[in-house]
Amino acid sequence: MEERVLRVYIGRAVSYALLLLVALLFVIPVFWMLSGSLKTLGEIYTFPPQWIPLHPKFSNYVEAWQAAPFGRYYLNTVIVAFFGTAIEMVDAVLVAYALVFLRFPGKNLFFLALVAALMVPIHATMIANYATVSSLGWVNTYQGIIVPGAATVVAAFLLRQHFTTIPRELVEAARLDGAGHLRTLWSVLLPVSRPVLVTGALITLVGKWNDFLWPLVVTNTSNMRVLSVGLAQLYNQEGQNQWGVIMAATIFVIVPVILVFLRWQKHIVSGLTAGTTKY
Amino acid sequence: MEERDPKPVRRRSRGRRIRREHLLFLAFIAPNFVILGIFTYWPLLYQFYLSLTSWNFLSPEKPFVGLANYRQMFAQQGFLQVLGNTFYFMAAVVAGSLVLGLAVALLLNQKLKGRNLVRSIVFTPYVLSGAAIGLVWDYIFDPHYGLIHAFLEPLGIPSPNWLNSTAYAMPALIIVYLWKNLGFSALVYLAALQNIPRDLYDAAAVDGAGKWASLRHVTIPQLAPATFFVVVITMVQSFSYNAFDIIYVMTQGGPVNATTTLIWYIYQQGFQAFNIGIASAASTVLFIILVTLLLIQNRYVRRRTEEM
Repeated sequence: MEERVLRVYIGRAVSYALLLLVALLFVIPVFWMLSGSLKTLGEIYTFPPQWIPLHPKFSNYVEAWQAAPFGRYYLNTVIVAFFGTAIEMVDAVLVAYALVFLRFPGKNLFFLALVAALMVPIHATMIANYATVSSLGWVNTYQGIIVPGAATVVAAFLLRQHFTTIPRELVEAARLDGAGHLRTLWSVLLPVSRPVLVTGALITLVGKWNDFLWPLVVTNTSNMRVLSVGLAQLYNQEGQNQWGVIMAATIFVIVPVILVFLRWQKHIVSGLTAGTTKY
Repeated sequence: MEERDPKPVRRRSRGRRIRREHLLFLAFIAPNFVILGIFTYWPLLYQFYLSLTSWNFLSPEKPFVGLANYRQMFAQQGFLQVLGNTFYFMAAVVAGSLVLGLAVALLLNQKLKGRNLVRSIVFTPYVLSGAAIGLVWDYIFDPHYGLIHAFLEPLGIPSPNWLNSTAYAMPALIIVYLWKNLGFSALVYLAALQNIPRDLYDAAAVDGAGKWASLRHVTIPQLAPATFFVVVITMVQSFSYNAFDIIYVMTQGGPVNATTTLIWYIYQQGFQAFNIGIASAASTVLFIILVTLLLIQNRYVRRRTEEM
């Protein structure tokens, strides 16, 4: 018996050690970035490494902000992410409503067409899309960045899934009261769909905030760059001699997403791992 | 029976109502499907057409060249290496996501203090910009002043010059990609673990199964659907995106093409060399491989479910 107790204790100790190890594997790189952003050049180029900068150099942040038009990058990213998400969510609500509550012969085909779109990653179509966007005269414009990626698939799935769980009587009662479809959608369905709407909007927003390849190819002047692209190009310019400044700039890019994640973690995790239980 | 003799006016109004509903359906789905049509479906056809031409985005003419782009592309030594790199990356990422994701999920599934915090910490990189994470790791991999060097040096192991070595650059990218995305597979597995009925383990224990045996005979079979999900998602994501943003900041496809994946190749041919025919041909190849992979998986799953 005693041996068993001992084994349980050892097992738990091993588990805690592993848990700590996993935590460290994920915390240390982030810590390295933070401490790097505050290091002087001397502290960066020293071995063994200086874990905690003795003379935190906050001016790295000022330098980073001035090394590239980060204010403009923020503005561009906010515009692109906000409008892109808004379009996607409106589309998602309309598509989900149509698929669940409106009659149409063979409407399942439209659902299948959505599923098929999941298999066509935007990166597999960027050459043709660039040609299309350029013939529309949209290269280096906000609509050029936003519109090609503005069709919704995932958010529409989430909402459709949610709408199917809503009792049909609720919708029919509203219809009998004389509410039109838009009215029913707006004042009956949307209020009870808030968590799903928030989830869909958040994962869409985060995806657009981080988007890289399309904004890279479709813009060609510094004042149209988004944060992620601007950051990468700052690095190409400054190179590896300026780790302090580069790490400070990296923090500019990730802080908004970290804040959003901390605030709405549950929504984001459930949205991003949705579909798990379906298989 | 009552329906048989309604006033004709009402019947017509019912027909009109249905017609209006049909129109409304089309109006509701139109915005989304117009965008999908123009920027998702049409490009596949248009790109296939472009792959049969010689074009540079600018010239007004696109001379038709038949399959010359494909012949030229496959004749290049480099292109087979590109395909090899892409599959190497994908296979390592899928295997790593399964093994490490399951390991972390098994750990987080135990009743340990602080596990929720660790869960959040592990998941956070998944929502962060790949470009930002690539930069942080670029600094970590720095052969002289980086973190890995700092850990290896005291052990007397020289740190490889990760990103400038043809042998180590790809493993470095795989490490970064796994670090960024591990939270996803871990959380999928964790959710699936929590859905396994307790009594299956009780029954296994009654049969005298130890920890390993119940992992092998209960946990892993029960996780098959989650495993399938993780494989599909990580495969599609890693194959079709190839961590482009991470490659962009860390290696730019180098050294000597060692990390040139299919997406990087398309980007290079399309937006640096302006060989639109070749870039389109490569895009078409990418799409065909992707669809083939998905069909094989689908088939495999169907066979498995029929066996069960």
